[in-house]
Amino acid sequence: MQIGIFSVGDVTTDPTTGRTPTEHERIKATVAIAKKAEEVGLDVFATGEHHNPPFISSNPTATLAYIGAQTERIVLSTATTLITTTDPVLIAEDYAKIQHLTDGRVDLMMGRGNTGPVYPWFGKDIRQGINLAIENYALLHRLWREDVVDWSGRFRTPLQDYTSTPRPLDGVPPFVWHGSIRSPEIAEQAAYYGDGFFHNHIFWPASHTQQMVDLYRRRFEHYGHGPADTAIVGLGGQFFMRRNSQDAWNEFRPYFDNAPVYGHGPSMEDFTEATPLTVGSPQQVLERTLSFRDYVGHYQRQLFLVDHAGLPLKTVLEQLDLLGEILPEMRKGFAEGRPAHVPDAPTHGSLVAAAGGAKDATVYAAADSATGHRAEDVLA
Amino acid sequence: MTSVVVVSAGLSNPSSTRLLADRLAAATSQALEEVDVTVVELRDVAHELTDHLLTGFPGPRLAAAIDAVRSADGLVVVTPVFSASYSGLFKTFFDVLEPGTLDGTPVLVAATAGTARHSLVLDHALRPLFAYLRAVVVPTGVFAATEDFASPELEQRIARAAGELAALVGKVSPADAAGPARRSVDDELAAPTPFEELLRRASGSAG
Repeated sequence: MQIGIFSVGDVTTDPTTGRTPTEHERIKATVAIAKKAEEVGLDVFATGEHHNPPFISSNPTATLAYIGAQTERIVLSTATTLITTTDPVLIAEDYAKIQHLTDGRVDLMMGRGNTGPVYPWFGKDIRQGINLAIENYALLHRLWREDVVDWSGRFRTPLQDYTSTPRPLDGVPPFVWHGSIRSPEIAEQAAYYGDGFFHNHIFWPASHTQQMVDLYRRRFEHYGHGPADTAIVGLGGQFFMRRNSQDAWNEFRPYFDNAPVYGHGPSMEDFTEATPLTVGSPQQVLERTLSFRDYVGHYQRQLFLVDHAGLPLKTVLEQLDLLGEILPEMRKGFAEGRPAHVPDAPTHGSLVAAAGGAKDATVYAAADSATGHRAEDVLA
Repeated sequence: MTSVVVVSAGLSNPSSTRLLADRLAAATSQALEEVDVTVVELRDVAHELTDHLLTGFPGPRLAAAIDAVRSADGLVVVTPVFSASYSGLFKTFFDVLEPGTLDGTPVLVAATAGTARHSLVLDHALRPLFAYLRAVVVPTGVFAATEDFASPELEQRIARAAGELAALVGKVSPADAAGPARRSVDDELAAPTPFEELLRRASGSAG
């Protein structure tokens, strides 16, 4: 079981002080949060990707590479990578490069984006959102698995005799999750490829999550990847905790009431009941988190949102300390009753082992136009 | 059993909108032999409607109201006239329905106002809304200004409109009325479009 955090990188005013962090502060805070996540023993740090204020999460690959250079163990991921508006050729290059730089500590989650105008900004049509996600990923999937690709499609200029570089580390592409809240087509896509499926879970009632995960599991089995309960499932989660439950409620309420997405809407009482948001003591967060299995089955990855709604960095780091304290109990709880045939989330190591060992996947150039020599000849 | 849902957007209590809604409900019950009539009072779910706009999902009472409307064989919808149109509360309810919810559903439109000068609201505001939603609006709409509540002619229009609704209920299927039915999220969850078909659609060669 992997336990980690994901961040959307919102720049939000702290409602208790009226202060809004600068982009620079928020960008640096994201790095500090990721490093802290590794320090308290978490397994995954994932960043979102947005291309508009109030977010600082554009260029996620620079952020992940920079964090990768300052951490040793934590898996770097995305939540999400915009497969709709980003050229799949660039995604193939960027994440293969981070794979090499971090020795395989990277995977990624495909998503479609949070705002309509992001499509026209990148020359796309939002009405084609699902079609873009499907065609672009089909190309990305090939670019990482075939050394030479001939391709033509509807949304991008054709490729002839094209080799994406660098080739995936050890010949094994990064593991891919597909994230969707309410689009069954994306659960179907994840199942077809035998990739992971991640449900945001937070901000939504459990019934949404349950329906989508159930569809993914059924179809994973249908496409021959194994029994439904061996499909690779990830969930989001959201908490605010203090040792004393009432302190958590008092401190978090102004952030809740003014939060982007759900602020100025339902009461915190209603929302904590209707969605996975848990406000309370570490023990309450632990118990609630372990109850997610009741409606999705045993799963592989749990990511929490901890740094949003204007919470100051100091508070976020305290939240991570508290999460670190309950982490051993959480791991123990997730292991309880877990059948032996339910797999862990794939990692670079497990994927290499499944592929029969590491292979150098370098594609050497055919001939150097200046010297006429082939790279292999020179090396030989 | 045939089910008719009455959606009433009156705000006060007692409300002339609800009064008209109840008379339409009674007339519809009379026109159909066996019918189960449910009244959805939008005032009761006003908070949940606002929350739905902000969060994207319905609270429990609103979810029940939406389910009732989705499975109804016919609808009676009644709004007060606010600023020359349907009220915001009335519109919000139809805004949060998933596309396809009312495809082919027979609808009787009705409105109340303080003066007869608003009577065209049925034809200028409600009919276009329900045409967009691909519902089938019955020919007679019922508009009641305050003074009409003392008029015997109102009862005649109520009876005629209810009769028209009764004649359509159970006879119009979405496929007849609106072409091939749109697939809802629930349809996809129950029977997903196979991925090979999604790939074909993505490439623009089908669907």
